[in-house]
Amino acid sequence: MGLPRAPLRVWESNLAYYKHVWRSNLIGSFVQPMLYMLGMGVGVGALVDRGPGASTVLDGVDYFAFLAPALIATTAMTIVTQEALWPVMDGFMWSRRFEAMTATPVTPSEVALGTALWLGTRAFVCATGVAVVLLFFDDTRTWGLAVAVAAAVLTGMAFAMPIMAFSSSRESPDQSFAALQRFAIIPMFLFAGAFYPVEQLPGWLQPVAYVTPLWHGIELCRDAVLGRLELGPAALNVAALTAFTVVGYAFARRTFATRLGR
Amino acid sequence: MGSPRGEDQRDEPLVLAHGLTKRFGEFTAVDGIDVEVRRGEAFGFLGPNGAGKSSTMRMIGCTSPATSGTLRVLGADPRTQGRWIRARLGVVPQSDQLDADLTVEENLIIYGRYFDLSRAECKRRAAELIEFVQLTERARSMVEPLSGGMQRRLTIARSLINEPELLLLDEPTTGLDPQARHVVWDRLYRLKQQGVTLVLTTHYMDEAEQLCDRLVVMDKGRIVAEGSPRQLIEQHSTREVLELRFAAGTNEERAPSVEGIGDRIEVLRDRVLIYAADGEKALGMVHDRAVYPESALVRRSSLEDVFLRLTGRTLVD
Ligand SMILES: Nc1ncnc2c1ncn2[C@@H]1O[C@H](COP(=O)(O)OP(=O)(O)O)[C@@H](O)[C@H]1O
Ligand SMILES: [Mg+2]
Repeated sequence: MGLPRAPLRVWESNLAYYKHVWRSNLIGSFVQPMLYMLGMGVGVGALVDRGPGASTVLDGVDYFAFLAPALIATTAMTIVTQEALWPVMDGFMWSRRFEAMTATPVTPSEVALGTALWLGTRAFVCATGVAVVLLFFDDTRTWGLAVAVAAAVLTGMAFAMPIMAFSSSRESPDQSFAALQRFAIIPMFLFAGAFYPVEQLPGWLQPVAYVTPLWHGIELCRDAVLGRLELGPAALNVAALTAFTVVGYAFARRTFATRLGR
Repeated sequence: MGSPRGEDQRDEPLVLAHGLTKRFGEFTAVDGIDVEVRRGEAFGFLGPNGAGKSSTMRMIGCTSPATSGTLRVLGADPRTQGRWIRARLGVVPQSDQLDADLTVEENLIIYGRYFDLSRAECKRRAAELIEFVQLTERARSMVEPLSGGMQRRLTIARSLINEPELLLLDEPTTGLDPQARHVVWDRLYRLKQQGVTLVLTTHYMDEAEQLCDRLVVMDKGRIVAEGSPRQLIEQHSTREVLELRFAAGTNEERAPSVEGIGDRIEVLRDRVLIYAADGEKALGMVHDRAVYPESALVRRSSLEDVFLRLTGRTLVD
């Protein structure tokens, strides 16, 4: 039988579930970025753009144009973080659907790969959603949005894979899932350069921002939409995100294999 | 792909285990069992919780590697041909492992897809199986609100989507009410008649008696007896059993008063069992000794008695 197809079947089973919930899900994915876009981009933007240092701090870019592309990356991050926590825990602990899958020709590693593909798909869907909204604004209506979507998918994976490795190794969600949100995801959202350039942070905090996957993702998305991508820095950003993805996946795959093959 | 050893070996056992062992760390869950399941039979593992039944089933199902011993399933080696074997098995796990947020039909279709069946074929088989397990009215409803019995039937339907030669059922009716159990038994009978080989585990002796042509009694990872239900009863018990109940809490102290009646006596917390070929005659002897229990009942020996005899414990407590 066609072995490479097995992960796609796992992907399909996620799609079957998503077909039931996509409407409410999609709206949920938009409300947050839209609120930031309008509340911060327009409201704070008016303040920033009239401020004294406006042209130098943001390299002559409107605040809205500065913020909006970053939201493609942050949305991918927040959505796949959720998806890589609860549904993965569910597969092992509650519905135990991963076990059901491995009673068929599908192997544990293929369950891991199929799940990873699905997480990538979710990142793609929500990143595309935000990008479509940005098409409505003169500042951000550009082909660069397509590149930004690709960058956001990679950003999503850079989160999803390590988180999937984490959630698949847990025996119960206990406090750790909430702690991950509180001490990793939300701080990154606030400090990794989505709302202001990282250079605005105190000197000691800047390096911390640079090693987060979100900063790399935001850089790529922003530069793509503002038409200022440069090969060197972009390659570095892509390499960093790929490293998070690959290492995370390697761990996740191993946990899936041991946990489903005891 | 054909059978790794040729399709013509119809007499070859579908499951053949030799010294099959499963350890979790230091703990030995399955302790060197020998099992042979022949084509077309219904074979049972009867044993209490923790006996190692599920661990055994998962090894046969090629989702859990054996620690030692040899195992062949459908003539193939699970270590190297797990995928090939699993493609030909039906598995009903102890916990249903259904997708609660999908419909009955979707559960079957996505499962069929894991076997690489086309979407159309999955749909066709799903419709057939939904009818077979009598869930036609619920085909489009979510799994979540279904009763335990319905979910169990759905799990059985799911296990049949690839038209398996060998069906593994881990405690098919545990937790179901009597009526739901009978519906499941009836479906399993049908499958057996259609020639599907059944391997099931249970801790219900009535289930083992109803469904199994042959079974092994398992305790603490070991097989303690093997045979047909009737053979096991003949070998390890008397034809009849006289059950005496004395006032609560006094069964142990009253037991000596009936000592020597029948072949053998077992004293349980709530009753005293006298094993005898003729239960009524034994009861007469009890009365001759002027012993009058609160209730007395004569019944035929069951697998429960076999288990008690072999292990000194009851199956379900
Ligand atoms: N994954 C596991 N890790 C550690 N111990 C296990 C595991 N699975 C089963 N066991 C232990 O092995 C023994 C046999 O379990 P099991 O095969 O589920 O028995 P049964 O199905 O007859 O109730 C039990 O004591 C159980 O706690
Ligand atoms: Mg069990």
